[in-house]
Amino acid sequence: MNDKIPSETLSSSFSVAVTGSGGSGAVTTGRILLEAAAECGFQGLMTRSAGPQIRGGESAAMIRFSADPVECMGDEYDLLVGLDWLNIERFADEIPLSGKSLILTDPAAGEVPALLRSNGAEVREVPFKKFASSLPGGRLNMVALGAAAVVCGLPLEAMESSVQRILKRKGKEVVETALQALRMGYNHDRRPRISLQAPETKPRYWSITGNQACGLGALRGGVRFVAAYPITPASEMLEWMSPRLERLGGSLLQAEDELASINMIIGASFGGVPSLTATSGPGLSLMVEGLGLALVSETPVTVVNVMRGGPSTGIPTKSEQSDLNIALYGMHGDAPHLVLAPTSIRDCVFTTQWAVQLAEHLQAVSLVLSDQSLGQSQAVIEVPPERELALQRKVEPAPGEEYQRYAITSDNISTMSLPGTAGGMYTADGLEHNSHGTPSSMAVDHRAQLAKRLHKLEDFDFGDDWAEVEGEGPHCLVTWGSSAGVVREVGNWIRAQGGAIRVVVLRLLMPLQREKLKALLADASKAIVVEQNHGGQLFHYLRAEGVLPESAESLAQPGPLPLRPGRILRALGGDTA
Amino acid sequence: MTVPALKAKDYKSGIKAVWCPGCGHFAVLSALTKAMAHLELVKEDVAVVSGIGCSSRLPAYIDTYGFHGVHGRALAAASGLKAARPDLTVIAAGGDGDGFSIGGNHFLHACRRNMDMTYIVMDNEVYGMTKGQASPTTLPDWCNSKMTPHGTGIPSFNPAAIALAAGAGFIARGYSGEPSELTRLLVEAIEHPGFAFVQVLSGCVTYRPDQKRWKEEVHPLGSDLPTDDPVKAAQIIVADDGKATGVIYAKRFPVWQPENRTDSDLHTIEQEFQL
Repeated sequence: MNDKIPSETLSSSFSVAVTGSGGSGAVTTGRILLEAAAECGFQGLMTRSAGPQIRGGESAAMIRFSADPVECMGDEYDLLVGLDWLNIERFADEIPLSGKSLILTDPAAGEVPALLRSNGAEVREVPFKKFASSLPGGRLNMVALGAAAVVCGLPLEAMESSVQRILKRKGKEVVETALQALRMGYNHDRRPRISLQAPETKPRYWSITGNQACGLGALRGGVRFVAAYPITPASEMLEWMSPRLERLGGSLLQAEDELASINMIIGASFGGVPSLTATSGPGLSLMVEGLGLALVSETPVTVVNVMRGGPSTGIPTKSEQSDLNIALYGMHGDAPHLVLAPTSIRDCVFTTQWAVQLAEHLQAVSLVLSDQSLGQSQAVIEVPPERELALQRKVEPAPGEEYQRYAITSDNISTMSLPGTAGGMYTADGLEHNSHGTPSSMAVDHRAQLAKRLHKLEDFDFGDDWAEVEGEGPHCLVTWGSSAGVVREVGNWIRAQGGAIRVVVLRLLMPLQREKLKALLADASKAIVVEQNHGGQLFHYLRAEGVLPESAESLAQPGPLPLRPGRILRALGGDTA
Repeated sequence: MTVPALKAKDYKSGIKAVWCPGCGHFAVLSALTKAMAHLELVKEDVAVVSGIGCSSRLPAYIDTYGFHGVHGRALAAASGLKAARPDLTVIAAGGDGDGFSIGGNHFLHACRRNMDMTYIVMDNEVYGMTKGQASPTTLPDWCNSKMTPHGTGIPSFNPAAIALAAGAGFIARGYSGEPSELTRLLVEAIEHPGFAFVQVLSGCVTYRPDQKRWKEEVHPLGSDLPTDDPVKAAQIIVADDGKATGVIYAKRFPVWQPENRTDSDLHTIEQEFQL
């Protein structure tokens, strides 16, 4: 079997990379292209790649659009727009080209570097700089954008409207100049490369990042207090939430460190306000002790961990799914809690909402594992559905003499009395306690409370949202989080070729829905667990939990390079009947 | 209908304290409940928040809402609670190790954040719960811990000086052997709008029996105090022997509380994503 999915056969998608040195406007160019495609009815995805520089470094925008949902980048790029060729070697790995690719370049920027031409990509020259300099304040990325639009088969009107919307805040003059530059680039060489069939009906689309989508999900779930410490790549989620929380009667407090953030949200949640923090690996490491406190005191909290390359400071600006182990096993003691992962940027909304409401209802710790590639990518998607969830905190309205904060109940969820409520006073504690909350080191209390905390989660009915399952067949791909996009694409392609494959994307990683998952995998003759980390963390977890068939294999590839469809196809080895 | 006024004992939970007989913390518990009774605080509207250590056991012994958290993080939990529930009277309490060592960073930022809460540090210059190690307020030549047999060799930490430098608006020092004065200090601290820091010299009978001499060493601050002049406060704090009791510094700074309003709704906010 072919080990790549030819991009033109794959649900008619088109992939563009825009690269340039700092200030060249690669990301703005990409955003305009993405949303112009949306004007024509296409959905799309734009991922960003940047060097470590704070300002002025090189950057690249990778865009892919299609009539179908786009959740990952393809194997190759159809078009590379080089605004200049400074530092291109840093991105060459991330932008695979083929003999069918086209490179748009300005002869004034020098020759296209040999490493980009090695696969035989065609080069089309457009004098970006010359055109741009003919306009006062003209910018060459707008000329390049016009030329790129022709290659992509996007009409000028859609480009103009996208330029107007995105550059509006820069003022009328800037927009006018940009439009002129756009037209110069557009009219220079009118040979299209591809003409994609746009959908006949144009649905309502949102343009949103994963970080924003997680923030929105948190608000939908009822979060009204956030304490957090800045960290890449989670900060944008917090920056998006802060002013919006404020307008919804809530607030965000910038804490002195992550130890403070987690303990602040525990304090706020103890006070009755649904609370959340967001961080990335190093911050999560600092929060782990606090998570244990929330867990034992049964104070609901949600932590969104936007993963990046680890361990330690790792690769802060690039994606990796390597925090699963700490999320599952980080706490000392027997510490049952919830671990969830969004299955796409669109799903960041629901999964975060669900995580928050589960935490509230189960008086538990919820960890949400997003990552840089979800968080910092811009997606054009169909409007995420609104979900009303009947999950909320059980608050004791009128505690009487008999009130016990940690009473053992049939569902092991005991009612919580909130400060300000007469008769319900208790001291929440990280110490083991009896049903009243009084510290206790007695075996009988420890066993009763351990069982309470375990069974309120293990025995809860999580319904059908624990995983997304597509397709059937003896072959099965199991995955989670941001890897779901590329895995689903492979599944769709195999089925489009007449093959059969089952794709299982786990949304609820802990408590693991063992029996349901086991049933799905029971008849699989081939099962591959796909994830973006070095150690195969999900694979080993599922193996330890005894849900994988004996023959199951691990496909684990660390960041920062994204998993591509061809890599998964190779692992399936053409054996996809 | 008039509700009979609560007495100090009504604010006690009745749970038996883990403290050693003769521990200074009993007097702090007693003074705090007296202060609460004096202020006629509604019990369910009070939350006492602590970290870990002998003194951090305090919340369980008081019949209000309480949170006994993890080591060093009392002020963080208290700040989150106050931010989310400004209607509550929030009192954080703990020891010198909890507040000045593992929780040192939160102490600095709670001082400068100036939320309306009280922070009581029961300072006995030793880690009692872990059986007698040196803390940040232990003098450098105290050699009675096996962990630091030659003493720490490090100058001790001056809590009042740090609080002043970090921007606290209320700084007082009390002594567990002077319960009436301590009650008065706690009343003033709770009444102070903003972050109020009270260092209480509260001796450890078990690991620091030498602290019995505090009885002779403590003395009242000058009658010209408290001051609202930070320069004068700094001079007093640096020059005195650390045993002078009373309110040293009281100055009103703007109290910080997160701002919010309700002038939007989720559907309106979501419109920004619409293409």
